[in-house]
Formats: sequence, C-alpha cells, structure tokens
Amino acid sequence: MFSMSALLGLLSQKFILRAMLVGVLVSLCASLLGVSLVLKRYSMIGDGLSHVGFASLAISMALGWAPLLVSIPVVVISAFFLLRINNQSNDSAIKGDSAIALISSSALALGIMITSLTKGMNSDVISYMFGSILTLSQSDVIVSIVLSLIVLVLFIVFYNKIFTVTFDENFAKATGTNVSLLNSLLAILTSITIVIGMRIMGTLLISSLIIFPSLSSMRIFKKFKHVVISSSIISVFCFLLGLILSCLIEIPTGASIVVTNLTVFIICHIIGKTIK
Amino acid sequence: MSLLSCKNLSMSYDNNNALTDISFDVDNGDYLCIVGENGSGKSTLLKGLLGLMSPISGEILFGDNLKPNEIGYLPQQQSINRSFPASCFEVVLSGTLSKKGLIPFYNKHDKARALDAMQKLNILSLKNKSYKQLSGGQQQRVLLARALCATDKLLIVDEPTTGLDPLISSEFYKLIHKLNKLYGITIIMTSHDINSLTKYATKILHLKNNVQFIGTYDEYKNTEIGKTFLGGISHV
Repeated sequence: MFSMSALLGLLSQKFILRAMLVGVLVSLCASLLGVSLVLKRYSMIGDGLSHVGFASLAISMALGWAPLLVSIPVVVISAFFLLRINNQSNDSAIKGDSAIALISSSALALGIMITSLTKGMNSDVISYMFGSILTLSQSDVIVSIVLSLIVLVLFIVFYNKIFTVTFDENFAKATGTNVSLLNSLLAILTSITIVIGMRIMGTLLISSLIIFPSLSSMRIFKKFKHVVISSSIISVFCFLLGLILSCLIEIPTGASIVVTNLTVFIICHIIGKTIK
Repeated sequence: MSLLSCKNLSMSYDNNNALTDISFDVDNGDYLCIVGENGSGKSTLLKGLLGLMSPISGEILFGDNLKPNEIGYLPQQQSINRSFPASCFEVVLSGTLSKKGLIPFYNKHDKARALDAMQKLNILSLKNKSYKQLSGGQQQRVLLARALCATDKLLIVDEPTTGLDPLISSEFYKLIHKLNKLYGITIIMTSHDINSLTKYATKILHLKNNVQFIGTYDEYKNTEIGKTFLGGISHV
C-alpha cells in the first residue's frame, strides 16, 4: 500500500492542489448538468462537444492564442447547433445521433491534423486526449474557478425550471416557460464545463464526468433532488480518488477517474438491484 | 366575452394544412370535447391553443382575464419518460412554476397549492412515492394534479386515457367531471372514448380539418354527422 507520507507529499505540491480545486468544481458542474442531460438523452452531445473542444484547442495552440478564450465560444456555438439538430430530429435530413458522430470525428481529425502539422505528434497530444494535471497554468486556474462558480450559481437559481423542462418539455412550454432559453442556457453551461474539464480529463474522457455520476445515483435514488445531490457527491469523490491514484501509480488522470467512476457505477448498480 | 375564442384559425403541420378556417367559442364552465378521426387536426388545434405551434392565419383570443400561462395542460402520456427519477410531490409542485415568473424557488404557498391539488385528486398518499414506480392510472392523476397547480380556470386534456384499462379510465373521467362541476374549471379535451362524451361533455366540436359541428351534445346527437360518429364508434 502507499504510505501516508507519499500522500502528504502529493498534497504539498502546488500544482496538484490547483488541479484538485479546479477538478472538484468541474466535477460538481458536470454532475449537476449531467442529471438533466442524461434524462433528456443528450449524453452524447457532451462527447461531441469535447471533440470540438479538442479541435479548437489545437487551433488556438497553433496560432498562439489563449486556449480557453478560443474554445469556449467555438464549443458554445457547436452546442447550439447540435441541440437544434437534435430537436428537429424527426424531419431533418441528418438525425441527431448521426450529426453528433459526424461532428465528433471530423473535429477530432481536424485537431489531430493541425497538431501534427504544427508540433508533431508528441506527448502534448496524449495529454489533451487522456488528461493531465500539468497543463493548467495559473491563469487557467483562475478562469476555471470563476466560470465553474458561475455555472454552479446559475444551476441552483434555475434548478426548478431545469427540472420542469427535463421532466416534460411540452408542459413547460405550454404553461409559459421559455424552453428554448433554458435549453440554450443548458447548452452554454455544458460547453463551459466541458472546455474547463477537458484539460484535466482529456478530450476522449470528459463526457464520462457528465454521464457516470448521474447514472450511478439513478441506480439507487428515486427522487430528483436526491439524484442531483448524490450524483454531485459521487462525482467529487470519484474525481479526488481517481486523481490521487493517478499520481501515486502514474497513470493518466482522466483514465484513472473514469475507472473509479466505473467501479462506483457497478457498486451502485448492485446496491440498486439488492434494495429493489 | 368568452373564456377563449378562435377566429378563422388556420394551422399547418409538416406543410399540410391541418386546420382551415376554424372558429368557435368556449365559455366559462364549459366541458368541450373535440372529436374527429385520426389526422383530423385535433392535436394540432390543442397545440395551437397552448401556444406550442403558431397559426398561419386567424387568432386565438383569451377572455375573462385568462392569461396564456394560466392554462393547465395534461399531455398525452407517451410524451413523458416513464422512468424519470422524481417524487410525485416534485412533479406536482413543478406545476406551480409557471405563475412564479422570475422567482426561482418555491414558497409555502406553492407547496400548499400542490398538496391541495393532490388532495382534490385523492393522491395525497402518493406524495413521497417515486413517479416511476406508479401504475399508469396513478401517473396520470399525478400529471392531472400538476396541471391543476397551473390553473384555476382552464384545463386542456389530450387523449387522457390512452393505455389505461376501462375501469381506471372511467374513474379518471369522473375526476375530470368533478373538477368541472365542483370547482368550475373549464375543460377542453380530445378523446376517442365515446362514453366520456355521452356522460360528461356539454359541448362538442367535430373536426375534419374544418369545423363539421360545434354546439351542445344534445344537438350533436341528433345531427346526421353526430349519429354516424357516435353510432360508428359504438359498433366497433
């Protein structure tokens, strides 16, 4: 087993504490939004958006621009686009799920192409794809903290409306809730969360932060409020455990967090089956 | 002025004219049943009344100080995710949200209103149950309670008993009748269920992309179209 002193040594490193702070906030945002996204069957949108995020990150790196400032607007615009396609699924020529697959792979291809042309395929690419806590700069940390706090506050303020729209969009619309505004808000908040979390979790794995915690808590809890609260606890717990493990046994952070989430999901599933 | 009136309303669906030149009035306390075959424009008309679709011409006027966000709506059940993790109270309470405008959280008054609605529909015992563990009929009552939280005046009900067995259906119609008679809530309903027509509806609107008949039930059953429709269904 790893000694306590190894763990304490880890926690005395400044860059790890920074990553922890950002990661905890992102995990909270992702799990809260995740409950609504999973129930609306938008899980794959998160996956598609992270690939778009990767492409925009590659472009901004190649041009020497600030990565967050480029990625956020690009991903927000893509989110609007994907939501639109998803909502018109029935009569549009390209269905929602195919549109997401199309956009994800194209964005990933574009991103890889740009990276290999400018820097060559190096360890940077691996860290974009599977996550690393070393990529966070001081200014990234500040921007990430501010943005995730905004996401959290907006989620809490709009919690009841988000519930109504998630449960029954038609009823919400018929009784005068501005559904398209709320869907746009959800799209923006999701995009911000994905772009911030992408650096730690990696492009290929960030969507798990959105999907896993809410699925795990839905195995056990039957009330919306309980699902939301428990999924945020599960999310933060899995993030911290995964991060510490990844540092101790030197595996990519994103992968380690996903495997932790998977383990918790399996445990929740078994608990859910037994208490039924 | 009537509670709601449609004037020369035309609506299209997927570029087909679903409704042409529809005019009718609904008065306070009416129980209007909209009938017609599949594809006759019933659902499109409800969507228009609820503001989910905009008409291509004509207008829908609200009277008696009725605001568009004061209409209660009971959607067809297929439109809702049956395995949604929510308690019944959470679902019913969400019906009060439309009146709150920019205020984000529920207060005591909203909670009391939700409990009152559940009381009226005899589902107070389901308060802490999970929505997904209820039977179809119970789920429908929960959704009706939610609709009741959104309105004191007008309830729009779309095919409420699809998928329910006859006994549960007839109980459900009794409940809606009670809301109409006892609490004076105006009802607009689409239904295939002929029993609900003959027992409770006071007004009939027969659609076939335009108005075939509008008037009281007693008038309707003596018209040619009424006889055919009522007879046609009861023989099936």
